[in-house]
Amino acid sequence: MQKSKRIKIICGHYGSGKTNVAVNLALLYKKRYPSAKVALADVDTVNPYFRAADNAKELESAGIHPILPEFANTNVDIPSLPAELYSIFSPDSDTVSFIDVGGDDGAAALGMYSDLIKECGYEMIYVVSKYRPLISDPSAAADLMHIIEEASHLKCTSVVNNSSIGAETTKEDILASLEYAHKVSEECSLPLLFTSYYKDLIGEIRAEGERFFPMKNVTKQIF
Amino acid sequence: MSDKVLMKGTEAIAQAAIECGCKYYFGYPITPQTELSEYMAKKLPKVGGLCLQAESEVAAINMTLGAAAAGTRVITSSSSPGISLKSEGISYMAGCDLPCVIVNVQRGGPGLGGIQPSQQDYYQATRGVGHGDLRLLVLAPSSVQEMATMTVEAFDLADIYRIPAMILCDGALGQMMEPVDFNSIPRRETPEKDWAACGHKGERKKNIVNSLYIDPQVLEDVVDERYKRYDIIEENEARCEEYLTEDADIVLVSFGITARICKTAIKAAREAGIKVGLIRPITLWPFPKKNIAAVADNAKAFLSVEMSKGQMIDDVRLAVNGKAPVHFYGRTGGMIPTPEAVLEEIKKLHAEINA
Repeated sequence: MQKSKRIKIICGHYGSGKTNVAVNLALLYKKRYPSAKVALADVDTVNPYFRAADNAKELESAGIHPILPEFANTNVDIPSLPAELYSIFSPDSDTVSFIDVGGDDGAAALGMYSDLIKECGYEMIYVVSKYRPLISDPSAAADLMHIIEEASHLKCTSVVNNSSIGAETTKEDILASLEYAHKVSEECSLPLLFTSYYKDLIGEIRAEGERFFPMKNVTKQIF
Repeated sequence: MSDKVLMKGTEAIAQAAIECGCKYYFGYPITPQTELSEYMAKKLPKVGGLCLQAESEVAAINMTLGAAAAGTRVITSSSSPGISLKSEGISYMAGCDLPCVIVNVQRGGPGLGGIQPSQQDYYQATRGVGHGDLRLLVLAPSSVQEMATMTVEAFDLADIYRIPAMILCDGALGQMMEPVDFNSIPRRETPEKDWAACGHKGERKKNIVNSLYIDPQVLEDVVDERYKRYDIIEENEARCEEYLTEDADIVLVSFGITARICKTAIKAAREAGIKVGLIRPITLWPFPKKNIAAVADNAKAFLSVEMSKGQMIDDVRLAVNGKAPVHFYGRTGGMIPTPEAVLEEIKKLHAEINA
């Protein structure tokens, strides 16, 4: 992550694990820079159930300010955005903000803020997974990145490999995704930031020349 | 390394449909199932198929009828209010003996209700979707893998029995993500569709697909004939999963996502020394009456757990046939029962039985 870039956008395909990556990165940032003002904005306008709003309490207790759409997790079926979102783009703001974006061209929600975001300085992390069928081909992943860039009027700056098969993911599955991750990074002409995985499931993982990010699974559990 | 992929339930249904030769999708967007349409829109053109967003649900189901009448594999999907709109067309399809797959990703009702998950369309699916004496085959998956497996099964059964089949799931199953393996899905042999109205090229007598019968006696004969097929389905196709029922004093009956919640509660109850098990109907019509009747010989109480005010409980009571009391626990409004709340119900029942 680049400390100089105050706005950190997490985008990607539906179900690539954007929310998990966003929440974990925000928690890591706050831990590393305890005096920093950190916010996490849920601007997902497409997913009715599984979203960063589910993690509001945990974020708050870690000292991270959650910015949530007023009607997240209710029966209101309209793509509303939090009014407070504007505050993080203010030139006077010194809050480091992680923005969890909706899947695919759900990133269009950012388009209206794109000029403000550019003025603030941003990095945009493109999350990919080898085990999501519509982006399991690196060139399809690159195509989707361009769709997201077009929808958001912003440019991705790095790739994160979050290849996962949910609770059944093994160390081998993650190691087997590295080649894919590097190909995506090449096709997108962007650096591979790291490969993320759920630490409770996998334990420690190492591979020469690779960066890993052990995460906690923050997805809401129903049963 | 695994051959599995990670998918949302709605996506798994769409991909499974494509894998078993379905090339046509007609629908109209509604939360929480729109990802199914989106997936079809992306994938079907690549396999020479067609995904069409109709002007309404009524149009979509009639396009589905047309594609089915032409002998193709066709699927449509919606969520609760949209299925109500489709019900006239579904009745016409039943009356035309047309196979197709209809997906209901249920949300809270009645009316516009809400977008959070529910199981409040059980009556509609098993009793009252459309007018006339008719049945749908109703399959109730409980995992994302089953969303895929049962979609293929629904297509095969629909073709074998010439009946519309419904996948009755809910918003949570539709939206949640789990591993899926498409390589090991069992297939059945299905008959040639020699009844299809797809052009006779002057080589055979024309086929007519129709649900209107001018002569009342002919209509009665057609309905009677159809009911013989329904009898065969009831005899051969009822399916359920039994979980720890052998020694169970208390038997939970639950389908879909709530069955997963019940299993967590049952594990906790077993640890507390309470003998409890689960019957999970996999087919809601035909309902697994025989399995429930057999378990009722030894069980002391049943508990139907649903995301409704109590609909499947009627079928449970009919199957138990007075051999044991049948209790109910449910939530509505899009509220999902917690394993802890189900465990509390089990404990209450256990105390009553031993009082």
